[in-house]
Amino acid sequence: MSALVVQGLSVTVQGMLLVDGVSFEVAAGECVAIVGESGAGKTITASALLGLTPDSARVTADVLSIDGVDARAFSESEWRDLRGNRVGLVSQDALVSLDPLRRVGSEVAEPLAIHTRLSRRERRERAIDLLESVSMTDAARRAGQYPHELSGGLRQRALIASALAGEPAVLVADEPTTALDATVQARVLALLRSIADAGTAVVFISHDIAAVRRVADRVLVMRAGRVIEQGTAADVLSAPQHEYTRELITATTHAPRADRFGLGDAVLTGVDVSKAFAGAPVVDGASFTLLQGQTLGIVGESGSGKTTLARMIVGVDRPDSGELRWSGGPGAHRVQLVHQNPLGAFDPRWTVGRSLREALEAGGVPRAARAARVAALMAEVGLDPVLARRRPAALSGGQRQRAAIARALAADPDVLVLDEPVSALDPSVREKVLQLLGRLQRGRELTMIFISHDLDVVAAVSDDVLVMQDGVVVEQGPVAAVFAAPQHPFTQELLAAGR
Amino acid sequence: MSVSARADIDRRVRVSSRGTGPRRALLWAALAILAVVAVMALFPQLVATQDPLRTDVRAALEPPSAAHLFGTDQSGRDVFSRVVHGAGRSVGIGLLATALALVIGLVVGTLSGIAPRAVDATVMRVTDVLLAFPEFLVALVVVAILGPGPTNVAIAVTIAAVPVYVRLARVQTRSLSLAEHVEAARILGVPAMRAFVRHVVPGVLGSLSVLATIGIGSSILAAAGLSFLGLGPTEPSPEWGLMLSGGRNVLVTAWWIAVFPGVAITLTVVSATIVGRSLRAGAEGRAR
Repeated sequence: MSALVVQGLSVTVQGMLLVDGVSFEVAAGECVAIVGESGAGKTITASALLGLTPDSARVTADVLSIDGVDARAFSESEWRDLRGNRVGLVSQDALVSLDPLRRVGSEVAEPLAIHTRLSRRERRERAIDLLESVSMTDAARRAGQYPHELSGGLRQRALIASALAGEPAVLVADEPTTALDATVQARVLALLRSIADAGTAVVFISHDIAAVRRVADRVLVMRAGRVIEQGTAADVLSAPQHEYTRELITATTHAPRADRFGLGDAVLTGVDVSKAFAGAPVVDGASFTLLQGQTLGIVGESGSGKTTLARMIVGVDRPDSGELRWSGGPGAHRVQLVHQNPLGAFDPRWTVGRSLREALEAGGVPRAARAARVAALMAEVGLDPVLARRRPAALSGGQRQRAAIARALAADPDVLVLDEPVSALDPSVREKVLQLLGRLQRGRELTMIFISHDLDVVAAVSDDVLVMQDGVVVEQGPVAAVFAAPQHPFTQELLAAGR
Repeated sequence: MSVSARADIDRRVRVSSRGTGPRRALLWAALAILAVVAVMALFPQLVATQDPLRTDVRAALEPPSAAHLFGTDQSGRDVFSRVVHGAGRSVGIGLLATALALVIGLVVGTLSGIAPRAVDATVMRVTDVLLAFPEFLVALVVVAILGPGPTNVAIAVTIAAVPVYVRLARVQTRSLSLAEHVEAARILGVPAMRAFVRHVVPGVLGSLSVLATIGIGSSILAAAGLSFLGLGPTEPSPEWGLMLSGGRNVLVTAWWIAVFPGVAITLTVVSATIVGRSLRAGAEGRAR
């Protein structure tokens, strides 16, 4: 008897069929992954498993059995008895999912207070046990802390602990590792795997094929509300049947770039560049060389100083010590930045066209020539020039990032700094933006600095790579060499975590 | 714990639920009332049936009738015509004060937002002091110093309202100056001052306008309140607050003298507030 049986699950919201006849089973001790891009219906499927769909949604199913209980016609109060008890949820953003005003221990113990008759003292002890079971070191002290005092990885562990408190038969994890750094992500994934091995049925929802590969026994691929392919993880990921699955998988696996062609002289030499904020070093003695026509990848986890280094290269921040030496002197090269978050980088009240015109104005293009140049730039990045009349909020994520690249190109730069340019994009969109960047580099002979936490992407686009940890460049060299034979333990850990 | 996921879906699903049914009807009613008030203020002779200043002692204190829709006052003046002609003055003072507060708040607040620390701190302490007293009390003190009269009432109401605008403008300036899109413009090579005028000031103005639409109601009320105390326009000028005060002593025998201007004030203030709130909801929806 499977812990979770779903047959013919459909969810309709305001006349739109968001989930269309989804069927799957999860046995105890098994981890089933649901993969797909945004809008595929993954999250709403998960909420249907917990009775958390919005009031406006109509949920129908032929079978919806959770731990042997038929949950099809459940009322809200019946669902409440089930949630946290027989089925638990781990959601994406642990910071917003944990109550900021409650200590971690009492948050973890909350399901116990609702579903069991344990005394306050017993609950406290149990909470500490639970935190230990999710490999949280120093659990007794952590239980007394507030969510903001914990790192992202620890918060996610606390959330998992609270979901496990009622000893649910089914655990639904909705993108539980998306916001985490690679090495932390690897640890949380290992934890989920061990939870499944201990006999819980785990539903793992993700858009990240690499993560799915690490934990899932079986995989469902969803697209536009339907399951288009399912099977064992080994089968689906190594021999996908459906064209879309193949695209998804190729979009997330890249071969390191091998062709180091046409590299010129050094454009920029960083000598012992350091920067501190409020006394804490953020970038500490970074030295590197950027060659003409090269793509230099910078990888590292959050807080490693990547973005600060980029801001110094662009000229927004100044190094405290050390030097950024441009060939031909300062101001000889035009440097532009593509922001991590294109939505924030555009004035929300302006149309995209107006923002582009402003960039052209700043680049010294005469007024009469601007309209034609806007159309040309949009065409160059593969956007319909009609979209120039839209505000940034009315564009999709991929279109916005293309518009941001177009704006950076408006000033006709020869060095382009890209700060996590594809992190927020779905795999297939990401692939197209990466192709665009490659084409632009060849066409415009651009020198690029590509910052990312995603090793795989960096390997695909970069010639050389800098690995940063806690503000220090721990390893650098040609991408193929660094990836084939990493020297520094942190690089090795990063590489292991990404595979 | 699972609340966030649900809220997320709710947000994505809820597309057009704003302003339906009774709330929408209320908004339309408020807009209609404001339209009538605007016509009365701009073209009083089109609406009024008689000269608001013409006295006729033989027809004093007449109750509402076909000849005098809202009755007549102690001097036999037509209350309806006086309410109509009073709209311009009453609403005008409130509007003028709000507009002045908006402009002063924008200039002082944005400059304070980018000023050196000492200047900024001084401005903030002054607003703190003004905010510590009720708005009406501040206005009262200012009129007491400047002396009565419609212009001074407008100045007083402005001074009373301005600290909130300064505060908001300063905070908005601060946060917008650090916004990514402003920095992006600077990286593109847009000069700092130009980026400030183009990207920061319009954003600040946007939030202040929303505050102003709500503030109009309370400014009208404050202006009428000062007039009621005899500190604004003087007899025989028609002004709602002043008329209210004039009818106060005969409220029992001739209720219509005070009640109709009172109703006019109430409907105008309530309508202005309803429209202001709806504009604010719209602006917040857009920002999200």
